[in-house]
Amino acid sequence: MAALPPYATIGDRIWHYTFLGICALIFLFLIFPILVIIPLSFNAIPYFSFTHKMLTLDPAGYSLRWYHDFFTNPNWQGAVKNSFIIAFFSTIISTFLATLAALGLSRSEFPYKTTIMGILISPMIVPLIIAAAGMFFFYSRINLQGTYTGVILAHAALATPFVLITVTATLVGFDKSLTQSAASLGASPARVFFEITVPLITPGVVSGALFAFVTSFDEVVVILFVGSYKQRTIPWQMFSGIREQISPTILAVATILIFISILLLTSVELLRRRNERLRGISST
Amino acid sequence: MTTPNITQEVLTTADGVPLKTSLNHALRRRKIRSLLLVAPLFFFILLTFLIPITDMLLRSVDNKIVPTLLHRTIPLLAGWDETGQDLPDEPVFHAMVEDIKEGAAAKTILRLGRRLNFERAGMSSLFRKTSRRVKRLGQVDSYREAMLKIDRQWGDIKTWRLIKRESGTMTLSHFLSAVDRQRNDDGTIGLKPKYKRIYIKLFGRTMALSLLITALTVLLGYPIAYLLATLPTKTGNLLIILVLLPFWTSLLVRTSAWIALLQKEGVINDLLVALGIIADNHRLTMIHNQIGTVVAMTHILLPFMVLPLYSVMKTIPPSYVRAARSLGATRFTAFIQIYLPNSVPGIGAGGILVFILAIGYYITPELVGGTSGTFISNMIAYHIQGSLNWGLGAALGTLLLLLVLALYILYDKLVGIDNMKLG
Repeated sequence: MAALPPYATIGDRIWHYTFLGICALIFLFLIFPILVIIPLSFNAIPYFSFTHKMLTLDPAGYSLRWYHDFFTNPNWQGAVKNSFIIAFFSTIISTFLATLAALGLSRSEFPYKTTIMGILISPMIVPLIIAAAGMFFFYSRINLQGTYTGVILAHAALATPFVLITVTATLVGFDKSLTQSAASLGASPARVFFEITVPLITPGVVSGALFAFVTSFDEVVVILFVGSYKQRTIPWQMFSGIREQISPTILAVATILIFISILLLTSVELLRRRNERLRGISST
Repeated sequence: MTTPNITQEVLTTADGVPLKTSLNHALRRRKIRSLLLVAPLFFFILLTFLIPITDMLLRSVDNKIVPTLLHRTIPLLAGWDETGQDLPDEPVFHAMVEDIKEGAAAKTILRLGRRLNFERAGMSSLFRKTSRRVKRLGQVDSYREAMLKIDRQWGDIKTWRLIKRESGTMTLSHFLSAVDRQRNDDGTIGLKPKYKRIYIKLFGRTMALSLLITALTVLLGYPIAYLLATLPTKTGNLLIILVLLPFWTSLLVRTSAWIALLQKEGVINDLLVALGIIADNHRLTMIHNQIGTVVAMTHILLPFMVLPLYSVMKTIPPSYVRAARSLGATRFTAFIQIYLPNSVPGIGAGGILVFILAIGYYITPELVGGTSGTFISNMIAYHIQGSLNWGLGAALGTLLLLLVLALYILYDKLVGIDNMKLG
């Protein structure tokens, strides 16, 4: 919203500041619940609200006990390990398959593009509970329910649409004359691919991989059905923690996750800008 | 005028193949190559995702358990007239005894009892009791008498009508249950008794709450999308982080944040008590009910509304509104007549997206919805993990899937899948 012009009337001014006030409140609604978790996770007592001691900034009101619990409790440590293992493998599978598919789909001669694309991104559209139910029935039948393989395959399937969309978006602005000129200068198709295509699509692939990682890392519905305690991930552990007895350890975990998301958000944003720079699209 | 006589010479490549054929070959090779690139992902999605979903859809009508476990009884029952008042003949009872013996030995008969119990209460215990007793049953003159002695329900014609009705390899009864209908004893379809009608209400509640959540996200998302789209780029990019951060934050983090805020001993209640607005013993119940679901889901889904709205608003030239204003329109008229109609595609895109996401939500209603704020997804999960009525769970899932697909087609018509953007 542009600054107020000098000739603005009083009414204009009032409306302008009211509007800004409303927007500030909405932004507060968006961000406050996330920020409020951070101080609460340092609570000295198992309580979900600010204690008197916390409000008076008494150091005794604060403690690291929930972080200590998180880092020593085998339930949580197992969950952290599982989260990374499952996210790592499902990211590799989904990034590899979806990048190949994006390269194929972006070719102009590809037949039935819309239909195939619709099928390939269906895991993003189908409600998770339905995907979870279907996978639960089917994976139990082929003995994949409650195994790492089952969970990794399920997460990879859920993540592929995100990679596919991200890489396809990179390829849309792809300048075909670059590969054509490389080929006309005598480069073999393999050389064109590795020396021209790969460097250009890498930022897209990396941000697609980040999306895939986050999809698996945050996923909680499918893992509840396809996984078991052995494959528990951080969200699995959080879910059962909230359902059974909510301890501030969950808030400590949440705080750590918030910082991880800030990190991821920054990397994706940097990649996006780099990608736009590489392709010569000026940042808006 | 005479046309110059051009010899119709076919252009060929260096090795003498006609150019056209050679080009076609090349094109076909390229087509195959591009298909080969997509094939691995296609088969991966097919195996890990589409086949499981199809499997679930089929499960909603699957009834193989009845004709398989009662493989002696069912063919004989075909000759029995269920519209009459007579019980089946002696051979049917004999066949049933043999089937139950076999099922008891294979420990499968209880599953059959559970399956039929979904149609009529008491069937589970009937089969359990009978299977225990027929093992001791020696040579008898009349199997009919023997079974009637085990349990009088075998003498009830309704038991046999039910078995005959559910004797096919497929059944519609799960779908009937999913829309609060049932087969009456005479085979007609009617409403379930009032206290058992829960699913239509639940579908209605899911839709109504999703609609409310969608409306709230429009209401809250519109002003900030407008602000972001009209601010200078630098400030806009900075403020959009406030939208993207919640978007990137784990769903469970946001849900637990709302639990911390809304619960009885939570931050908001504490604040209200401290300010003297409410008394300490009159703390508000804002969680484990519909308020909890609506507030938390509005917060969680708001970025999905703001981002499409923002990208549409970015494309509305500011000169439009300025032109209207210079022609004498008031601020309000210029907004209603010019800006709002131009931003409608954004509202449509964001609205359908939020609605689609909302009706399939499971985690947040499960954790903050209590009993009054749960959605159809929670019922599906309950039938799969709790009641083990997988057929009904699958039928409810099928209905939900159809609903989502219909909305998705609408989204595709309005926005196009290709325009879907992330982050």
